Amino acid sequence: MGTFHDDKHQLHGITVVVDTTGPEIWVGRCDDMDEHQILLVDADVHRDGEDGRSKDEYVERSASFGIWKKHDRVRIDRRAVASVRRLGDL
Amino acid sequence: MPYSPLMVLPMKQELTAIGFEELLSPDDVDRWMAASGSAMLVINSVCGCAAGQARPGIRLALEHEVRPERLATVFAGQEVEATARARGHFADIPPSSPSIALFKDGEMVYFVPRHRIESRSAEDVAADLTGAFDRLFAAATATAG
Repeated sequence: MGTFHDDKHQLHGITVVVDTTGPEIWVGRCDDMDEHQILLVDADVHRDGEDGRSKDEYVERSASFGIWKKHDRVRIDRRAVASVRRLGDL
Repeated sequence: MPYSPLMVLPMKQELTAIGFEELLSPDDVDRWMAASGSAMLVINSVCGCAAGQARPGIRLALEHEVRPERLATVFAGQEVEATARARGHFADIPPSSPSIALFKDGEMVYFVPRHRIESRSAEDVAADLTGAFDRLFAAATATAG
């Protein structure tokens, strides 16, 4: 779905799941991304096993109801990113 | 700081023009929530990335034979206190806007968070809602009819 911001990545404004090669998985609204970084706003992070939940279990819960934001804005190094998916597709 | 009333007016009118009651204060919210029957509350917003699909999708859904009896809306970022009070009625759900909540006799029975709107077409949003209307409100509509 397109947005009104032609200077941003096509996922601008879309809630995405950013899985990393490490234990962290992020969910937040994509502000922009390029080959170096992903910028999320209103984001939450989960570490595998935190609160007794795996990454998959955390994503499943997030897909049902959304997330409680813990960070207004975060920058994720693209080298640490394993995948980027739309939360609404999960 | 709330948005300019002039800026949000057309976005509000997309819903009020099709029968939504605008809830402007916490008291409005509490009064509306206290009534019985089937109901839909829309947390409206300016976000074009998602709300631009939400409002047309809601309009389409309300053309369905089975639909909620009562309709209301608050505007996130504009009626700040009313929005907070509305969210307080489903406090275990993370806040997002736009979002849509369905109620049956005051109990929330279905919720569409922002992320299930933002990547979809108006037709997809409508299909999601009409499916919920059929599952949750069909018996009440048949009785009333």
